[in-house]
Amino acid sequence: MSLLVLQDVGKEFGAIRALSHVNLTIKPGEVVGLMGDNGAGKSTLVKIIAGNFPPSHGRILFENQEVHFTKPIDARSIGIEVVYQDLALADNLTAAANVFLGRELKRRVGPFSFLDHAAMNQRTADLFRELKSETRPDDVVRAMSGGQRQAVAIARTRLAKAKLILMDEPTAAISVRQVAEVLDLIRRLRDAGIAVILISHRMPDVFSVCERVIVMRRGTKVADKPIGQSSPEEITALITGAKEAA
Amino acid sequence: MSELSPATGSQTSDFSNVGRTRWWRRGFFASQTAYVAAALIAIMIVMSFLSSAFLSSGNLANVAKNFSFVGIVTLGVTLVIVTGGIDLSVGSTMALSAITCAIVMQTVSGTAFDSVPIAGMLVSLGAGLGVALLVGLANGLLIARIGLSPFVTTLGMLSIVRGLAYAVTEGRGQAPTGPDVDLFYGITDGDIAGVPVAIIYLLILAIIIGIALHHTAFGRHVFALGGNEKAAALTGVAIERVKIAVYVLSALFAGFAGILMLGWLGSAPANLATGYELTIIAAAVIGGANLNGGIGGPAGAVIGALLIEVIRNGLVLAGINAYWQIVLVGAIIILAVLVDRLRTLRMAS
Repeated sequence: MSLLVLQDVGKEFGAIRALSHVNLTIKPGEVVGLMGDNGAGKSTLVKIIAGNFPPSHGRILFENQEVHFTKPIDARSIGIEVVYQDLALADNLTAAANVFLGRELKRRVGPFSFLDHAAMNQRTADLFRELKSETRPDDVVRAMSGGQRQAVAIARTRLAKAKLILMDEPTAAISVRQVAEVLDLIRRLRDAGIAVILISHRMPDVFSVCERVIVMRRGTKVADKPIGQSSPEEITALITGAKEAA
Repeated sequence: MSELSPATGSQTSDFSNVGRTRWWRRGFFASQTAYVAAALIAIMIVMSFLSSAFLSSGNLANVAKNFSFVGIVTLGVTLVIVTGGIDLSVGSTMALSAITCAIVMQTVSGTAFDSVPIAGMLVSLGAGLGVALLVGLANGLLIARIGLSPFVTTLGMLSIVRGLAYAVTEGRGQAPTGPDVDLFYGITDGDIAGVPVAIIYLLILAIIIGIALHHTAFGRHVFALGGNEKAAALTGVAIERVKIAVYVLSALFAGFAGILMLGWLGSAPANLATGYELTIIAAAVIGGANLNGGIGGPAGAVIGALLIEVIRNGLVLAGINAYWQIVLVGAIIILAVLVDRLRTLRMAS
């Protein structure tokens, strides 16, 4: 069974063709690297899957059902979550507050409902333990390392019971030790049966966690192969166009 | 490619790996509000030694009343500031609410309303607060729905509302009248066990705001909006509703304080509370609200308003020219923000 299937998906912005004839399949629990130079169509593809805008052509199937997204909440409601490059965290709030932002747990007292701090902290602590991240639920995000911030953003997707997580450059601009931490987080998501699409420029990251790599160039998919049958050199050639397709 | 080390098998619940900030460097103790509170206490102790009149019950009641009006409005403006906005229209709203309340009271007295006890007063209070609600709604809709800048929108509203206050009164002060006027003075300017009611209202509202900010989803969203508006929107927080709500609350608090001032003064002139918006924003900032959004609270609003009033009062008792008070308030604002800046720089290094 496949989790996500794109059939002949294309997208035009006015006269500009950002994406043409993209076919791809993601299976549950699969970690797929999505690579390509700037302007290759990666972000357009990700935004279509995340529901930011609908494709101009083609069909999207999620769990064998055709789906039509017009806004991100449509995608999120069926189990597709995005971890944004800037992580979209509120620095002034605690980890638990960020994880539960917009879906706070509440307790009713008469006509009022109050935040259930204890339950949210507890649940957040469980999520961090699951992710094996050393992050405290009641610490403020401002004081956290890049790796801990990733853990907060990922914990949020876990809370939503996501089946597919799109990660946009999660290892850009963080330290080497934190990169290892984030890659471990991705492995844990895979072990929990969650599919991950990792958008990255960093070849070593893709080769250490992904089972498959998809390369985009000028709006089309030029390669889609198991990581074991490729090499960083080949991928680089595909990205730059030195090699046409694989 | 490098082989990554497998996940560390050690217990992750002991956090041996992650340092924790010492207690006095986080939470309330590390906040600007805390050291402004300390400064306030120090100033009050010094002043009680310098002037025997400072601790007299008459003077304390005076200080309490004066700062309560500013403090109540500061609570509302603090909410706006926490979302990353600003509300400059509060001084004008205080005046228009007070004037509307007085005019409606004059209009309904002598009509059928007199036959029902307190009906005339309730209608007048409702009208005063209703006008404030409309001002807040206009601010909120223009800022949240249309996306105008809070500074420009509320600056325009400052002028519109002040103009309306002059237009409807033609410059004449409006006094409350009618059968309920004594009750009106009682609930706006009375005492309970020797404590002016204004300060009781202030403390009750401060507690309600404190609970709302820290223990409800609304409060959480107010902070999230100020911390990272884009993140709040992405996670599905109804940011338009939250923004409109804070401007409405800010205006309502201003209207309420205006009506209290009407009771205190016995008349609402069109120039009531002119320039108060600056004192109010100053009080919020001195109390620790960050104009970049995301930080602030009711304790800071109350402490900031009290600090300004105590210093103003101190200068009066010391016989210093009133014009210098304005200079000093400005200096305190800059000092408070400067101290906070130095402190965060030191903690970051």
